[in-house]
Amino acid sequence: MTNHWNDLANSDCVLIMGSNAAENHPISFKWVLRAQDKGATLIHVDPRFTRTSAKCDIYAPIRSGADIPFLGGLIKYILENKLYFEEYVREYTNASLIVGEKFSFKDGLFSGYDADKRKYDKSQWAFELDENGVPRRDPSLKHPRCVFNLMKKHYERYTVDKVADITGTPKDLILKVYKAYAATGKPDKAGTIMYAMGWTQHSVGVQNIRAMAMVQLLLGNIGVAGGGVNALRGESNVQGSTDQGLLAHIWPGYNPTPTTKQATLDLYNTITPQSKDPMSVNWWQNRPKYVASYLKALYPDLAPADAYDIMPKLDASKPATYYFWLNIFDKMDKGDVKGCFAWGMNPACGGANANKNRRALGKLDWLVNVNIFENETSSFWKGPGMKPEEIGTEVFFLPCAVSIEKEGSVANSGRWMQWRYRGPKPWGQTKPDGDIMLEMMHKIRDLYTKEGGVHADPILKLNVKDWEEHNEFSPAKTAKLMNGYFLKDVEVGGKQFKAGQQVPSFAFLTADGSTCSGNWLHAGSFTDAGNMMARRDTSQTPEQARIGLFPNWSFSWPVNRRIIYNRASVDKTGKPWNPAKAVIEWKDGKWVGDVVDGGGDPGTKHPFIMQTHGFGALYGPGREEGPLPEHYEPLECPVSKNPFSKQLHNPVAFKIEGEKAAVCDPKFPFIGTTYRVTEHWQTGLMTRRCAWLVEAEPEIFAEVSKELAKLRGIKNGDRVKVSSLRGSLEAVAIVTERIKPYKVMGAEIHMVGLPWHYGWMVPRNGGDTANLLTPSAGDPNTGIPETKAFMVDIRKVGGK
Amino acid sequence: MTVNRRQFLKLSAGATLASAFGGLGISLAPSVARAELQKLQWAKQTTSVCCYCAVGCGLIVHTAKNGEGRAVNVEGDPDHPINEGSLCPKGASIFQLGENNARSPKPLYRAPGSGEWKEVEWDWALTEIAKRVKKTRDESFQLANAAGEKVNRTEAIASFGSAAMDNEECWAYQVILRSLGLVFIEHQARI
Ligand code: SF4
Ligand code: SF4
Repeated sequence: MTNHWNDLANSDCVLIMGSNAAENHPISFKWVLRAQDKGATLIHVDPRFTRTSAKCDIYAPIRSGADIPFLGGLIKYILENKLYFEEYVREYTNASLIVGEKFSFKDGLFSGYDADKRKYDKSQWAFELDENGVPRRDPSLKHPRCVFNLMKKHYERYTVDKVADITGTPKDLILKVYKAYAATGKPDKAGTIMYAMGWTQHSVGVQNIRAMAMVQLLLGNIGVAGGGVNALRGESNVQGSTDQGLLAHIWPGYNPTPTTKQATLDLYNTITPQSKDPMSVNWWQNRPKYVASYLKALYPDLAPADAYDIMPKLDASKPATYYFWLNIFDKMDKGDVKGCFAWGMNPACGGANANKNRRALGKLDWLVNVNIFENETSSFWKGPGMKPEEIGTEVFFLPCAVSIEKEGSVANSGRWMQWRYRGPKPWGQTKPDGDIMLEMMHKIRDLYTKEGGVHADPILKLNVKDWEEHNEFSPAKTAKLMNGYFLKDVEVGGKQFKAGQQVPSFAFLTADGSTCSGNWLHAGSFTDAGNMMARRDTSQTPEQARIGLFPNWSFSWPVNRRIIYNRASVDKTGKPWNPAKAVIEWKDGKWVGDVVDGGGDPGTKHPFIMQTHGFGALYGPGREEGPLPEHYEPLECPVSKNPFSKQLHNPVAFKIEGEKAAVCDPKFPFIGTTYRVTEHWQTGLMTRRCAWLVEAEPEIFAEVSKELAKLRGIKNGDRVKVSSLRGSLEAVAIVTERIKPYKVMGAEIHMVGLPWHYGWMVPRNGGDTANLLTPSAGDPNTGIPETKAFMVDIRKVGGK
Repeated sequence: MTVNRRQFLKLSAGATLASAFGGLGISLAPSVARAELQKLQWAKQTTSVCCYCAVGCGLIVHTAKNGEGRAVNVEGDPDHPINEGSLCPKGASIFQLGENNARSPKPLYRAPGSGEWKEVEWDWALTEIAKRVKKTRDESFQLANAAGEKVNRTEAIASFGSAAMDNEECWAYQVILRSLGLVFIEHQARI
């Protein structure tokens, strides 16, 4: 989230699309309803009428997989009716930047497409630079190749009629939503978006979100109170685990994982984003400092360049998705992966195409599963259809402590890093994850010390002592290392520091190896003044209290900034667009309110400091499938034609060779989609053994409309079988008015909805995961599978 | 003097406190019930954050001071600015997640071809895991790729997880994995 939970109450219009906040992020609704109490309009656009819809002022149904037409139409509506925030768009976004002559878009394809490789040459989408290397701009927005006009042209095709035809949303509702949301383009109005996996789990997931980010930029809704682009993250610390780089493509703090193109640290530093524009803060220019400090946190005795040298590197010649989840399971299934840690995860239920993943686990030599309960992953070898005597995988199940039994911090969706304390001690002989990994690492180090081994330096030279105290994992010491400290006496930014002193903020990190910091985003979270994440002070200045900023509660990265890109909430003199809900303000020669983005006097910096050129990206030339979101059908879909172009699917979508897709396949005529219920969570591992929750939601169901039920002779409560190209499962039918058939290009299209929380192990007769049905194909940028729109059949069990 | 519940929590911050079994954290009547005061003597109070979704609701955990030191109650933290004491059904049942007999008290091991688990000691399990990691790593380690470029990695070990861990654990975990040369490092954020 660019903003945070309490801030939702500041909104004038809350668009909930791609999420079901009332049921899946229930307490968020406290703040959504507070906005409504103050007069905000709430809108829910979703394939299914849910408890979120019930509370909203406008509910608009939409066919799953048709979000870009809906949003593209909104962009067109805003532009044509001149409802955008003109000054914001001109000054703060890249609307005025001129795109190079090589850019073109024709019939669903952007320039630079290589059909054999299914890949774009993105250099053809680059901005035109002047002789100083600064992007050329036309603030009058008249140049035919300026972003504003390219965007206008691109979305001219997204007429309301076409949008209605492909989304299945009634035209009058589309216009009602457009009108209500576009009203937030006024300088003193703010609209916000709450989205979740309903947008990410598509083969155009990233572009769904980009399309909305464009809407937010056009309406001047980013950086302001009650605005922003807000991903409702699903796990208590999925924000933090992402921040810590538990992903193949990033090191902690979103620094890219080195590839073979960057054989040395010097070469790595040459890819540091550069801007020649003195007004561009280009924050990423500091990356060399963050990377050197990370390497020093790992290897304090090595120079950063030497530490870099021993770290693993990815092949530059392979697409990033080679290293991502879906491809790893494919390699495992082919026998290429021998050992696997499923640490605090249950991929046998959580991963798309679960049958394949379960089969793949049987091809491992060994599997380590760390979890609270035995689960479908640890015990895959005794699952349905498995013959244990034929499965050679050795499995270690290590039981871990639950959250209330240990100490440490978690980052919520609003980036608040909150510290929690140990209540009861760990159950039985269970241990906190930190202790398990520390002890395991000691054993591995002992082996390498005793026996030697391949490339042992990175293991033996690793700084482990900073994570432990009295032979136990120390969350506090680790947090201090993540914040970082000075390794020698040094002067940085005109200030003197002593070796051992905690780094006060990332502004004081250096690239020369005199500082360490495990994650630059955590710098400032545990300083010499103490553990900032543990703060429980609700006091605020009157300005802060007006928008519920709570700057003294916990710590919010970066630098305790509560609203990201807040510099875009004021004009060039530092005056807030909406004085009643000011986030920051230039008063008597200084900034008041939130921690200002970028620093310096008003009007001296472009506000989008993480963008190389400093402008909000209406045009995004870094994405795999193009710089402007374009509609493509899900990889499995019920329509044979895309009304916008000849390209039916995302031309560069992630797919696994040999895996089929059901496109207009009469055997799988209905859209399948997955979702969650309030009482269960993710794979159900942490809820399916809690009696209260199981009592409320005891088993998997399949939700269908009355019309589809009639078509298939299904009655409410019947047992049904839902199947896809990849598998099938049984469920209880819920025949409901909450789902209605969608009218799409003249045809009536049906959807079957399934929660994915279940697994064969518990509760008894609870059913299995909906991921048995979902495809292992998806977004080319993130590699996230398309589990929100795929094709299924549904039949009554015992029927025909 | 009447003390309302919120002031009461503040007065006794860090000290011991317990309350009625009130998972959903609906705020209590203005004066503290006598029964509550009595319970204080038997439980310590700690604050925590819900382990389910990323709203990050605050919790108050009450742990018995005698006997086994188990949790006796978990409820919403009324001082928390986000949830103001409320919890959804998941947060309100965290007590059942922790105090749950389905939790295995010890590590389990399943041998190749076996149809059952065997309870094992921690030391044995971690020693054996370390051996497997070393063997697989050493056998598969690539100092260079096919093109002769330096890569320092193994593609024979993969890791999945976890957003369910604390920041400090996540950070230490990716350090361990990267020091071992893993590149297949993924977790919940990818699904
Ligand atoms: S609303 Fe819930 S808590 Fe209140 S009396 Fe009814 S059942 Fe009990
Ligand atoms: S109590 Fe419910 S809404 Fe709050 S963090 Fe937990 S799961 Fe999320």
